[in-house]
Amino acid sequence: MKSNQNTLFQGDQVKDALKQSFIKLDPRILVRNPVMFTVEIGTVVMLIVTIFSLTNSQQGSFGYNFTIFLVLLLTVLFANFAEGIAEARGKAQAESLRKTREETPARMLVDGTEKQVMSSLLRKGDVFLCEAGDTIPTDGEIIEGIATIDESAITGESAPVIRESGGDKSSVTGGTKVLSDRIKVLVTTQPGESFLDKMIALVEGASRQKTPNEIALTILLAGFTLIFVIVCVTLKPFGDYANTPITIAAFISLFVCLIPTTIGGLLSAIGIAGMDRALRANVITKSGKAVETAGDLDVLLLDKTGTITIGNRKATNFYPATGVNETEFIKACVLSSLADETPEGKSIVELAGQNKSIPMVKAPADSVFIKFTAETRSSGLDTPDGLRVRKGAFDSIRNIALKAGNVFPDGVEDRVKAIASNGGTPLVVSQNEKILGVIELQDIIKTGIFERFERLRKMGVKTVMVTGDNPLTAKFIAEKAGVDDYIAEAKPEDKMNYIKKEQQGGKLVAMMGDGTNDAPALAQADVGVAMNSGTQAAKEAGNMVDLDNDPTKLIEIVEIGKQLLMTRGTLTTFSIANDVAKYFAIVPALFMVAIPSLRALNVMNLHSPQSAILSAVIFNAIIIPLLIPLALRGVEYKPIGASALLRRNLLIYGLGGVIVPFIGIKLIDLLVALFI
Amino acid sequence: MNTEYIGIIFMYVATVALAIPLGKYIAKVFKGEKTWLDFMAPLERLIFKFSGIDPNREMNWKQHLKALLTVNVLWLFYAFFCLLSQGHLPLNPDHNPNQTPDLAFNTALSFLTNTNLQDYSGESGATYYTQLFVFMFLHFVSAATGFAAMMVIFKAMKDKVTDKLGNFWDYLVKIITRLLLPLSFVVAVILAFNGTPTSFKGKDTVIGLQGDTVHISRGPAAAMIAIKQTGTNGGGWFGVNSAHPFENPNYLTNMVEDISIIIIPISLIFALGFYLNKKKLAWVIFGVMTTGFLLMVFPSVIAEVNGNPAIAHLGVSQPTGSMEGKEVRFGPAASAYWGITTTVTSNGSVNSMHDSMMPVSGLAQMFDMMINSFYGGVGVGFMNFYIFIIIAVFISGLMVGRTPEFMGRKIEAREMKIASLIALLHPFIILVGTSLASYVLMHFPNADWGTKPSAWLNNPGNHGFSEMLYQYASSAANNGSGYAGLTANNIFWNVSTGLVIFVGRFFPIIGPVAIAGILANKKFTPESAGTLKTDTTTFGIMIFAVIVIVAALSFFPALTLGPIAEHFSLK
Repeated sequence: MKSNQNTLFQGDQVKDALKQSFIKLDPRILVRNPVMFTVEIGTVVMLIVTIFSLTNSQQGSFGYNFTIFLVLLLTVLFANFAEGIAEARGKAQAESLRKTREETPARMLVDGTEKQVMSSLLRKGDVFLCEAGDTIPTDGEIIEGIATIDESAITGESAPVIRESGGDKSSVTGGTKVLSDRIKVLVTTQPGESFLDKMIALVEGASRQKTPNEIALTILLAGFTLIFVIVCVTLKPFGDYANTPITIAAFISLFVCLIPTTIGGLLSAIGIAGMDRALRANVITKSGKAVETAGDLDVLLLDKTGTITIGNRKATNFYPATGVNETEFIKACVLSSLADETPEGKSIVELAGQNKSIPMVKAPADSVFIKFTAETRSSGLDTPDGLRVRKGAFDSIRNIALKAGNVFPDGVEDRVKAIASNGGTPLVVSQNEKILGVIELQDIIKTGIFERFERLRKMGVKTVMVTGDNPLTAKFIAEKAGVDDYIAEAKPEDKMNYIKKEQQGGKLVAMMGDGTNDAPALAQADVGVAMNSGTQAAKEAGNMVDLDNDPTKLIEIVEIGKQLLMTRGTLTTFSIANDVAKYFAIVPALFMVAIPSLRALNVMNLHSPQSAILSAVIFNAIIIPLLIPLALRGVEYKPIGASALLRRNLLIYGLGGVIVPFIGIKLIDLLVALFI
Repeated sequence: MNTEYIGIIFMYVATVALAIPLGKYIAKVFKGEKTWLDFMAPLERLIFKFSGIDPNREMNWKQHLKALLTVNVLWLFYAFFCLLSQGHLPLNPDHNPNQTPDLAFNTALSFLTNTNLQDYSGESGATYYTQLFVFMFLHFVSAATGFAAMMVIFKAMKDKVTDKLGNFWDYLVKIITRLLLPLSFVVAVILAFNGTPTSFKGKDTVIGLQGDTVHISRGPAAAMIAIKQTGTNGGGWFGVNSAHPFENPNYLTNMVEDISIIIIPISLIFALGFYLNKKKLAWVIFGVMTTGFLLMVFPSVIAEVNGNPAIAHLGVSQPTGSMEGKEVRFGPAASAYWGITTTVTSNGSVNSMHDSMMPVSGLAQMFDMMINSFYGGVGVGFMNFYIFIIIAVFISGLMVGRTPEFMGRKIEAREMKIASLIALLHPFIILVGTSLASYVLMHFPNADWGTKPSAWLNNPGNHGFSEMLYQYASSAANNGSGYAGLTANNIFWNVSTGLVIFVGRFFPIIGPVAIAGILANKKFTPESAGTLKTDTTTFGIMIFAVIVIVAALSFFPALTLGPIAEHFSLK
């Protein structure tokens, strides 16, 4: 379902997330996030100190301690809210997909007789029947019949699609609607185990597994947290030595400010948002790892038809033989194609129609249409007035002409060769066994695809075109479309071999496929994207399913993966860079009273030790909600090369991370000073 | 320009100029190419034959570490027992006594680990036997140990290497025969010709001008001093180290010794470039380290040359700069420069008293040891840097949207775990050690120990705190220099710094070797346009930021209470 909700925060989602913020305070849940868990411990300690300070002002005033306690509690709540809102958004997205599979009546076939049951009762291996107007109750594979199906509920695409038994387009999805005909469908999944169910689990926190990269980052963040545990604990004896009593509130504030709470609080939200973005692109991933891997891809295998070209060859030029009138030639071409239902035939009529000087050609009544057969490799028509028009492959038409004792003009033969070497397909047209000329058919490369490949190249991703064409044609199209490599006259095992070869060189390879014979290669690829329309085998083998059946989706998937990692990296950098300013706020505040010369370190000229500490923790807390939109949307990926990207992100998030808190803390201090 | 400045600029330029060809030579040795020192080969073969070692047997990273740790344990026991019984061993013309067990523990560990924190004084606390066959021996093998561990990493960084990472004994022996021995020989000859003693005769007795009898310690010192510098050891023959007129007689020897301090650490960076054929990477690492080094040299030299503002307030002019604790023959600039070179490299020899330097210099020296990877000790400096590279690669890899990889190998949870632990360890031992000392000092000032805690510090307040912080930073970094004000030869300091030295030495060797070994076993991914290039200025800036932020963030509060507070109070 194409999402048209661009607002990040929707009322009901916010409400849900707010509730979650409190539920997630449960230490058993929070312990999964070591950074925020330590903040929670600090909050509890502050609560005790606050209560203690009611009767004893040794640790500072009640109001001050209470404020610190509140701010720390807010820090944890903000982090929980970030995770909550990411989950809520993911869930909402998944819900809208799940709605399509509400209870629907199913016509189950039991021993040949039809029985009405609810869709939830269907089990793997059951068979049901669907006719025009029925909603398909659950995922399955057509075992008998052919039907047009409206899949708009899943893909948002309103044009109906054809699904039939046997071929590579035998798969139907629950929630879609049969528009015509009648099919028998074999149920392929148990209830609750469909891909969609798996995806829903991925965006809901509970069963979400951390990805390897997320684990590694969590370890690093835990390392930083530990360093600051040491820094803060050892500061106590240092302070004693220097005759500088440090309050518990100051210790805990220093600690919470220094540990990477910003990234710690947003880390899981970033991960969930990554899944969510994939879902919004109508891609169901079976694991979070697959999305991360997508960001690392080195090689993409793309089918030519549908991905690089718009599917079919089109007529691009008419070349009459010398001495043949162009208009007459075009008329003959149109005549030969009027009954030709193939896209090529249609495109000939279309091209002729663009030439306004040529009158509409209509086949005379009682014309006999000659269908294309594999033997004759030509088609055409015979009119009642004895006109025989034929169009076909070069050698078959040449045979017709030669048999009738006519010559095959040299000029036409040269043209045929020229077209072939340009990646086109020549069709020769004859009328009454005399050669009239050649029609040039060309693959039409999708607009914008060259730029997309250029973008991929800058990301370091190599594109490989897979086609059944001969090497000459393949090479031409490959060059024109800007792909880096091609596999011509490809058989299914060629894909497999290519993937294995690249993987042996250490590359990560992705491919897209739909057929059962693609399944082994989909399984072998590091990222295998199966089309939703594909066979069950293909869907099982891959690790992602594209609901839109859009072969260019791989490109989006790569960017989603990169965004996910980048968002983590940049926010980590930002979080750690923030510490510089926080130090300059808190450290002078700790020692200024006992060691007056250290006032020189108070570079921000903060109002008082207390206001400095408060400003730092407040900044530390509010930066989390301020960055939630970035965490959810993801940092924008620009394919400008790794070094340039690093430079850019270091400047924005590294240098920015150093400067922003100086400004923020100073501003907050100006406000806080009004109240102290 | 001030000739003093010219002196240190010349020293640095000469060091780099010598380090590049030396790096090339080192790479050649370990690539197995022909060098002019190949005449050492028969000696090496003899050693291998005698020890029953097959130098061609390739080891994986675990076997390397096993060999390294085993031989180090042996050396530790050997050194410990020699020191305990040195009074009865031969070559003791001055009849110096045995070391106490806690001192022997500290000294043995200290020399084994390339630290050379000397809680004893060479004139009275050691004999010619222990100086030569314990200390000088350990000078060679401890430097070679760090170097050999680093060679394992170099080898593991090569393309398409798996678990065959060369032979530890082969590295160890060749480092000594092909590099340390020849280089030390050259330095020792220069020193000997400039007046450093090389005699077995024991104390000399002279009658002074005032008619009093003076006993002058001497001994076969030149050889030991040479390896003390080139192996980033720092443990000198005489108590006051290279401030002693025999250990460092004149400005020329000062230059030679100071160049010796950083020449191998710098040349190893270039050796990496030549060995892996990644010269650009070497220049980036050199750039990062040099930037850090110079950022420490400038403030320190300027502070010393300008003199002490507290003295200036008294109306006393200081035309020669701050001279407290410095030798007239070296002057403030060369002393400050030495202070930085000796602390960045984990050398720890001194030609002036760091305790007497300006707080800015003390800050720079402590910061050097807290970072411990701007050049760093022989081998180990690069290994510390390697940990920072891994962390920097991880964060910046994420920033460009790719699972982080270094040299074609992906960095995952296991490597991050090791890297985080090692990065954590250094602040841990320094801060915990210092806080323990502060705690004991504040709560048990009159504990009935050999030296009462209240008598540890020569100075109260911030400077006293610096003395303790410096001692642990120096131990953890395996540097070995001291803030002279601290009374360190007692059970608390001997044992606590001994432990810090031990932990600070072996874990930072085990960690990087393990990471490199694990990475080498991973699938090798060739570079693409999406791969983060590690040999760029941008990445250099990233490493620099990681180093400075990790160190600054961990030590900022402690430094604030020490040299920073002292600095601001002087104004």
